[in-house]
Formats: sequence, C-alpha cells, structure tokens
Amino acid sequence: MNWRGSALRFCTVAGLPVLEPFVRLAAGEDPKEQMVGISKFVFLPVFAVLVFLFMWSAAAKAIVTDSAKLPSPTETWVAGKELFAMHQAQREADTAKQQEKAGQAVRFMLDARKLERQAANASVADKEILLANALLLKKHAVAAANYKPTSAPTFVDQIYTSLYTVFFGFVLATLIAVPVGVLCGMSPWFNAAMTPFIQVFKPVSPLAWLPLAAIVIIWAYSNSKPGETYFDKAFLISAATVSMCSLWPTLVNTTLGVASVDKDYLNVAKVLKLSWSQKLFKIILPASLPLMFAGLRISLGVGWMVLIAADMLAQNPGLGKFVWDEFQNGSSLTYARIAFSVIVIGVIGLVLDRIMICLRNLVSFGNPSPA
Amino acid sequence: MFRRVLFCHSSCLQLVLSLWLVSLIGCSSDGITLEDLEAAAAKIEQSEAASGEPVSSSESVVAAMLEIEKPKLKFGFIKLTDCAPLVIAKEKGYFDDEGLSVEVEAQSNWKILLDRVIDGQLDGAHMLAGQPIGASIGFGTKSPIITAYSLDYNGNGITVSNEIWEKMQENDPELKKPQPKHPISAASLKPIVDSYKQEGKPFNMGMVFPVSTHNYEIRYWLAASGIKPGYYDEENIQGTVDADVILSVTPPPQMPSTLEAGTILGYCVGEPWNQQAVVKGIGVPVTTNYDIWKNNPEKVFGVSKAWDEKYPNTHVAVVKALIRAGKWLDEKDADGTLINRPEACEILSRKDYVGADVDVIDNSMTGTFVFQETDVRPMPEFNVFFDGNASYPHYSDCIWFLTQMRRWGQITESKPASWYAETAKEIYKPAIYRKAAEMLISEGKVDANEFPAADYDGYRVATSDFIDGKSYDALDPIGYINSFEIGNKDDESFAKK
Repeated sequence: MNWRGSALRFCTVAGLPVLEPFVRLAAGEDPKEQMVGISKFVFLPVFAVLVFLFMWSAAAKAIVTDSAKLPSPTETWVAGKELFAMHQAQREADTAKQQEKAGQAVRFMLDARKLERQAANASVADKEILLANALLLKKHAVAAANYKPTSAPTFVDQIYTSLYTVFFGFVLATLIAVPVGVLCGMSPWFNAAMTPFIQVFKPVSPLAWLPLAAIVIIWAYSNSKPGETYFDKAFLISAATVSMCSLWPTLVNTTLGVASVDKDYLNVAKVLKLSWSQKLFKIILPASLPLMFAGLRISLGVGWMVLIAADMLAQNPGLGKFVWDEFQNGSSLTYARIAFSVIVIGVIGLVLDRIMICLRNLVSFGNPSPA
Repeated sequence: MFRRVLFCHSSCLQLVLSLWLVSLIGCSSDGITLEDLEAAAAKIEQSEAASGEPVSSSESVVAAMLEIEKPKLKFGFIKLTDCAPLVIAKEKGYFDDEGLSVEVEAQSNWKILLDRVIDGQLDGAHMLAGQPIGASIGFGTKSPIITAYSLDYNGNGITVSNEIWEKMQENDPELKKPQPKHPISAASLKPIVDSYKQEGKPFNMGMVFPVSTHNYEIRYWLAASGIKPGYYDEENIQGTVDADVILSVTPPPQMPSTLEAGTILGYCVGEPWNQQAVVKGIGVPVTTNYDIWKNNPEKVFGVSKAWDEKYPNTHVAVVKALIRAGKWLDEKDADGTLINRPEACEILSRKDYVGADVDVIDNSMTGTFVFQETDVRPMPEFNVFFDGNASYPHYSDCIWFLTQMRRWGQITESKPASWYAETAKEIYKPAIYRKAAEMLISEGKVDANEFPAADYDGYRVATSDFIDGKSYDALDPIGYINSFEIGNKDDESFAKK
C-alpha cells in the first residue's frame, strides 16, 4: 500500500470524497480528469452557495412586513460576530468580577483579624460581640473568595449545552436500542412482542414525549432538594426527550442487521460448535455493525433535530432556548440572530453526521461508502 | 479557581492580593479555604508592618450581617419591563452586596415559570400578583407560594386591532379626535361585540394567564360597560360561561403577532407589548390599567413557602436587594424626572433580559405612553416601582384579587369576610419586608420615612379611583363583590362572619 492508496482510502473512510481529486492530482494522475472531479466537488458547490447568497440578498430586500424583515446575509454575519463578541466580553466581565470578589474576601479577612485583636483586650461583653462579628466576617470572606459569577449563558455556552444534551440523550438511546435490537433480531418471538411498541411509539413527536418525560423526572427527583442533584432537571427532561425520539432508527436497523447475518457465517459457528455468547460476540455483532451504525447515524441526526424543540419547552439553556428567547425578544436584531443560529445548527448537524459516517466506515470491513 | 491575574497597581493591597492569587494557583480545586485566607491576610499584615504603609481596609459593617444559607440563586422572569427590579438588583450589584450570586433566567410562559418555582428548579420568580394567590388557594396548580415584595404598580394596557379601533371611532365620534378624552371606556366597543354575537362569530381577546392582573383588568373594563366577559365554574376553567367576549391565554411576547394574524382582536398585556403594537402599526392602545384602577398592584416577587422556611435569611437578603433596586428605579431629580430610567431601559433591552429595542421599552418606562402618533401622553406613574409604598406587600392588594376571583367564579363558593383577611395573611408577608427595610435603614441605605409607619395594618385607604367609580374597601370584601352589576353575588350574611 503506497501513500496514494492510503490517502485515497482515508478520503473514503473519513467521508471526504471532496479531497480525492486533490490526492490524485498530487500523485501525478491525469490533471484533466481530476479537474472534472474538482469542479464537481469544489467549484460547483461554491458557485451554488454564491447563487443562494445572491437570492437570499434579493429576498431580504423584498420580504418586509409591518413588524419585521428578512435579514440579509451581511446582517446575519454581523449578528453572528456580535454573538461571539458578547461571549468574549461576558467571560472577561466574569473574571473581573471574580478578582474583585477576591479582593473583597481579603478585606473581610483583614477586618475580621482586626476585630479579633480588638477582642483580645476588650471587656467580656464586647468580646463576645466582637468575636461573633469576626466569625461572621470570616464566613463572608470565604463566601466571597469562592464566589462563582452567575451570568446568563452566552451563545457559545448554549452550543456546548446543546451538544452535551444531545450526546447524553444519544448515549442513553443507544444503551436501550442496541440490546433490544439485538434481541429482536435473534428471536422472532421477542420481535413479535416488541413490534406493537415500536410501531406505535416510533412516529410520536418530541413535544408529546416531553411532558411525560417531565413527570417521570420530576417524580424521580421529588425527594431530593434543589441544588443537591448532579443533573439539572431541565437538562434531563431535554435529554430524555431526545433519546425517546432518536432510539427508533437504531433499534430497527440493529434488528435488521442481526436478523440478516449471512447464513454461511452461522453455519460456520455451528461447525465450530461456538457457545451462544461466542456466536454473539464473534459473529453476529461484528456482522451487523455496519447496519447498526447506519441506524446510529440516523438517530444522531434525529436527536439533533429534536433537541432544539426539546430545549424550547424544557427551558434547558441550549440552542433551542436561544432561538425561543430571541423569538420572544422581537427586537430589530432578532431575525438576524435566529438566521445565524439556523446556520450554526445546520453546520453542527453536518459535522455530527460526518463523524457518524466515518465511524460507520471504520467498522465496515473494507467496503466503505462515501456517504 | 483563579486562572488569570491582572495586575492593577492601584494600591499596595491590590498588588499583594495579586501575588497571593498567584500563590493560590495550583491549589486543590475544592475552593479557597479559611486557612488560605488567613495566610493571605497575615502576609498582607506583615508587609504592611514592614513598609509602614497602612492597608486601606474599609471597616466592613457588621452591625447585623445576615447568614446567607444559599448564596447561589436562580430567579425566573418573563420578558416584561416590570421585571426591572430583579434585573437592576443584579446589574447594579445589589445582590452582590448581600453576598448573593444570582442568575435571572427568562421563562417561556407563566405556567412554566410557576411550575419551576414549585418543583424547585427556580428559587423565586417575577410573578403575576395573582399567581401566589391562585396557587395558594388552589386555582390551577395547588402549592403554597408567598410573597414579601411587590415589584410594581400599574404598567399594563389594553390594545385593540386597527380594524376594531376604526369601528369604535364610528360608534363614538369623540374617538376620532387626534387626542380623544381619556379614559376610554368599552362603551364604544359594546355595539361591535353585540354585532359579532348577532352573526354568531366569536369576539376573541387575549390575556396572559387565568390569574393574571390582565385577566381581571380586561374583565373589569369590559364589565364596566356592560359587556359580559364570561364566568368560571367547576367544569369551565376557561372562564367562558355566558361570555360576550371570549378571553384566551396568549404569552405576552406573542400578543402583537397573534393580533397581526387576526387570531385575537385585542388584548390586555404589560409593556413593552402595547407600545410594540403602536411602533409596528398593528394596533391601538385604548386604555391603561392606571385608568382602570389608579395604582393597582401588578407583579410580585414570589417564592414557595417551603423555600422561605428553608432559607429565611436568604429571602430577607433578596428583599433587601430588591428594595434598593426599586428605590433606584424611582429616583427623581428636583423637577420630578425619573433620572435612572434611561439607563434601566438600556439594561432591559439586552438580549438576555427583555430584549426588545430600547425605543420600544423607553416610552412607558420614562413616563410617556403613546396611544397613537397624534396622542402621546405623559404618564409619569405608568410604572411605579417604589414610591408611595408600591413595593410593600399590602394585604388589601391581595384581597382585591381574591374579590375578583370570587366575582368571576374562580373561587366557586361564597366565603366569609374573615376568610379573605386570613388568606391575605397567609400569602403576603410584610414581616419579611419590614425586616429587610429595617436592616437597610440601619445600614443607612434608605430612609425610614420611605416605608409605612410601624403601626400600619397593611390595608390601603379605601379608594374609588376606578374607571366605573366604584369604591373599594378591603375591610368589606363581600360588600365590594356585591356592588357589581356583572359578577357573582354572595349572601350578605357572609360579610359578618
């Protein structure tokens, strides 16, 4: 395998066919033929995006109602830059605040020690008051030194919250869907038992799951005091909604993958007299991985899409809440910010999808496909 | 932990502090302990002794320091200008002064806000005055909520769509003038509602929540002109029994767009959503609640009863910060101009607070209200946060809401007069307010004459500053309920019980 072969293989496995013509060009293949590839994968999309931007600008000039107008690409870009600038400013303000509090803490401490010194040569009655006050001041000093600034989450914080929520919900969904899918695939009887649930719950919208998820989670947390729980309730409600909606594609695909394992492989297992667990881990699971990952990819896509709605309703401080809050603001910047967040959400969705393609190709035993 | 340190050479103390912070980097991450601070202070004292330069350590006031049980708090609010005291207390550092680290988070609607206060996701919230009352007596969600701080008086308006306004002008030529006589009653609306009824079309109007001030105000305004806004009963919790006008719940920020879409023909809502309708040219505000009832209670700061029992000192500290914020908001110069309101508007217009444009927010907040382009009126009392004891939790304010709940059937059976007084005492907690005020007085941050006298019983003087001229005396709730032509009636014997 020379470098060219491995580079080409990398392009395919990573799901980046756009790089392929460049690799071939570097390897000295026919430039004419490669230019065809480059124009197909690079020039044409860039041109299409430019056309889209042009049409968007034209639409932005035309679409104006009494109360709002469609933001133009430039306005959207400016709004986006401003959102990141706000994040920066907020971080700096938080740091400054923390330093101010640290200074305050030391001042409290100095005062407390002063009081203690005064108490040492004060009368008995005063002594008690002075010492009590000194103790209070010390408490305040510790509180001030450990002050954590609380500011509203910035756009960047909200992106992280969203990614974290989706990841959590997706892992939860996978932990449920894969074992159930494997069981469904291996046992037609179990599959028959599960079919009604799968058929009925699969098409349900996230907005319908959310209140039910909320009840369960609030019940689960009913005996714990606020502030003492590891996860925020809103976060869990959002994540649970994401997993309820995103587990079905994985489940169905896993079932299909396990059920359609090549008969020859199973016969080999019989010949070798493999035990049940050996058969599962050596033959069935590896053989059904590609389909399982195809399911996981769809699941992650669904999860990311559902999350925005779940955040809106559960008040989980992610991108969904950002969109909702902006919609409620109704200021002149609102629509530009929402347009920007649409692009950000789309780009993140794309990146997640590519990551899943790459993972799927890694387990596909030598027959990867680019998308 | 402190990651980055900026050296500021403003004073010797700052320098030493910075050095100390540097020395702390790399400590264990479980926060800074008392020992660390002791060591730091000792170091500073040594350097002071060596250099002979006294450290400018301000004598911290220890007169009556509160022991805060829960320093990190999260309060909810709805995007309305009257959340200002919460936002100002945070932005102006009044919460910080009490040792509280507070996050204020916008909520998507009143129901979610209330639910999150009840299940402990929020420590407290900017609430409709009716919410603690409704929750405590069990209309809707039942869970005891109390309040010790009234956020503001007034601040709402009633807006109708352009089309309805034109019809109202046809019915009453007075309204055609560039500056019609105020207050505008619903009399010119009645024929329109009647004709809708004739044609079998529903006349829909929006309000923000079943127990909101807006609901009672728009009902009051309609009923004062003989339009029946509908009753509540055991089965009908939409309040549409025998209704000429169908009132439905719409979240405040969605009011203008719902009006624009024609789903509702008018609404009663807080600011900035009436001014938004004027600015966008989709509706005309016809009246404000200042005209319906002069200086009526609007929003309160509500917490759950359990939260208050668990964190009593924290609650007092929060109220202290809110009192200072209210006072700051109502600060006036010699000519009576509200000097801090422009700054407040700028703060409120940030995206994480109200988020609407400054020029929409500042109309009403700086004491003018735009009814139409031709009719801009000064309304210095459109939002009152502190003056005239607006921030004190008056029992009589609570009782007014209870009378309206009974009038429209949210309270389904007759209650004796004594029940009204007792219920008010359960929900409104002036004792907490007083404690906070006394501490602020002793700290010299407020003046004693800014608060009601010590012997004040919590009942505001009986008033007839209503659009229909009815007199309200909180000591006689039953008589008040029975004084209305439209509304439930109670047996007179209940007035004595």
